[in-house]
Amino acid sequence: MTATLPAADFEALLEAVDADGTVGFDGLRIDRASDGDGYTLETPDDEWTGLEADDLRDALEPLAAYVTNWRYWQRSVGGEGTARRAFLRWCERAPLELEGDGDEPADADTDHPDHPSVDDPLPVPERYEALREGIDREWGQLCITARLGDDVDEPAGERVYDLWHVDDAASDIADLEIYDDPLEAREIATYDEDGRYRPLKTAPTLPSGWAFTGLSGAELVETVEFVYPATVANWHRERRGELDVDHWVETAERQTGIYDVLDELPREAVEWVAEACCVDSQCLRRREWEYEAGDDLDVDGGDGPFPCREPCSLVVAAARKWTILESEAEHTYELELTTSEYNQLAELIDAVAEGRTDEIREADVNDGANRFRARYLRAKRFDEEGDLEGRRVDD
Amino acid sequence: MQALVIAAHGSHLNPDASDPTYVHADTVRETGAFDEVREAFWKEEPHFREVIRTLESDEVFVVPLFISEGYFTEQVIPRELRLEEWNPEKWDSDGTSASQVTLEVGDANKTVHYCGPVGTHDAMTDVIVQRAESVTADPDVGEGVGLAVVGHGTERNENSAKAIEYHTERIRERDRFDEAKALFMDEEPEVDDVTDYFDSDDVVVVPLFIADGYHTQEDIPEDMGLTEDYRLGWDVPSEVDGHRIWYAGAVGTEGLMADVVLERAADAGADIGGALEAVREGVAPTGDGDRGTDPEPSAEMGD
Repeated sequence: MTATLPAADFEALLEAVDADGTVGFDGLRIDRASDGDGYTLETPDDEWTGLEADDLRDALEPLAAYVTNWRYWQRSVGGEGTARRAFLRWCERAPLELEGDGDEPADADTDHPDHPSVDDPLPVPERYEALREGIDREWGQLCITARLGDDVDEPAGERVYDLWHVDDAASDIADLEIYDDPLEAREIATYDEDGRYRPLKTAPTLPSGWAFTGLSGAELVETVEFVYPATVANWHRERRGELDVDHWVETAERQTGIYDVLDELPREAVEWVAEACCVDSQCLRRREWEYEAGDDLDVDGGDGPFPCREPCSLVVAAARKWTILESEAEHTYELELTTSEYNQLAELIDAVAEGRTDEIREADVNDGANRFRARYLRAKRFDEEGDLEGRRVDD
Repeated sequence: MQALVIAAHGSHLNPDASDPTYVHADTVRETGAFDEVREAFWKEEPHFREVIRTLESDEVFVVPLFISEGYFTEQVIPRELRLEEWNPEKWDSDGTSASQVTLEVGDANKTVHYCGPVGTHDAMTDVIVQRAESVTADPDVGEGVGLAVVGHGTERNENSAKAIEYHTERIRERDRFDEAKALFMDEEPEVDDVTDYFDSDDVVVVPLFIADGYHTQEDIPEDMGLTEDYRLGWDVPSEVDGHRIWYAGAVGTEGLMADVVLERAADAGADIGGALEAVREGVAPTGDGDRGTDPEPSAEMGD
């Protein structure tokens, strides 16, 4: 608490108290006596009564952090009850508020059990100390640092935010590409490390090597919104116990046009869809949708940080394909394969499914999914038309 | 507070499909006319389904970045936005005259002004003409020149052709080009035979599509005979059967499209201040003669 109390912030606070009769925020409480006889001031550690305006200023002088904290949240950030505000408070481990109840932390309300993302909120003095060093948070593959701004033109207590890939947390900032315009996050999030298009923004394939520095709160939220669209809004809803989940059946029955077939996918196949698409290795969202209310899928929803409230457009598009494929009858085929060749088919499918074909070394012929092993199998077992030689035996 | 949502198709396969959406959204952002500007997609994120909840504004203007009234604007977008009171009759449209309807949204306490698509707005006629100016790098283009407005055709949606014919007729009435014709990919008159329909030596061909992709960068250039293989590209202009064909690529990539987006929102009651003037001043002809540099096919249209 070494900062001095900015005159403008004190005046603004006094004005707010005089207007409303009271200000309570993050442990700071000031009341104007109803008989007009001075002010009372309260912090978690102390209490003063019968203060005149000048006394109040003197009493607040060593409590400047409480005042600039009030100014930052109530004047700079505003937006009480919004996802943006809740997210920014989460970023610096401030107590999360309930809507319309600005001075009460969420964990004071038993109707709102602790959300996994809400951990050890810090009171103002500790928070300011931590903000001087920078408070780090992870949001999917993003690392966010909240810190006190050091720009002399900014009001005291103004926060700034830095953002980079978690893999770059230990990197020298000089080695990273530096950005300050949220719009540039779109380009970064569009391609993976290999330059391939990322149609699923929450795929765990965000490339590293960049950093946004000195963002305002609004800019930080905008940047995060471009990298992981709608995650802040749905996190906020989930934390307040208001996440609206559309289960598989509702989503499938809603579809029209070429997706109209979706509700014909057998329940068993929906399990396979979830196992194929909606697991931690493929998506950072945690699947909250089930087959239908009261009928959960066996597949685990994963540990992703963002709730997934309904099958996404990628899952819908893939499931349409599977619906069509699942309408085919099964047949029995007869193939000539050695035991190792049979096992090799399994290895090939597994390698593609796990996305590890690029990792198989050129000369690692012990791996069934090695390219030369696959080419050999093709040379041996495919006919002149390029088809696998086999015979349907159930005609 | 008021927000603008530009609702577009997007693609799971082709990252360029959403480029025009972002470009026009950024142009509107720069005007500062809206407190929030958000892109939303059928095939990308944020999805139509989740976009409204990402906004803080109480008043939301949704402008579909689609060419025609039909399946997407009448069924998919309203359904996915949870416009529960929606009914296509509320637009009271003959297929090209939808303006807007005001509705409550199902997943947030907000008012949504659901606008007609950009493609059928009268201002779109100006964008087509601007596109002709851009591709010929001639702000006075018209005399001695034919203009072909190309649409997909009526495969699934009769309004698709209506939009093309509507603008073609408006351009014809202006008497600026010697000839103006509506041509289609999947019905007569077909764009394949473009030279059969024009006497003019110079013909500007403007496809009424939102984004450059499979149709505008592969199908149409090959069908018209601009190139044997789209991967080889083509010249602008290209010589075909004694005519010079100035192929413009998708009209939706024209900078002036942001103007149509703003017009739609303003028609629905948005307070856009001087944004229209700002956009019109800021738009210079793009005139780079797109040469089919994008070999990536887009997602199937209509999905």
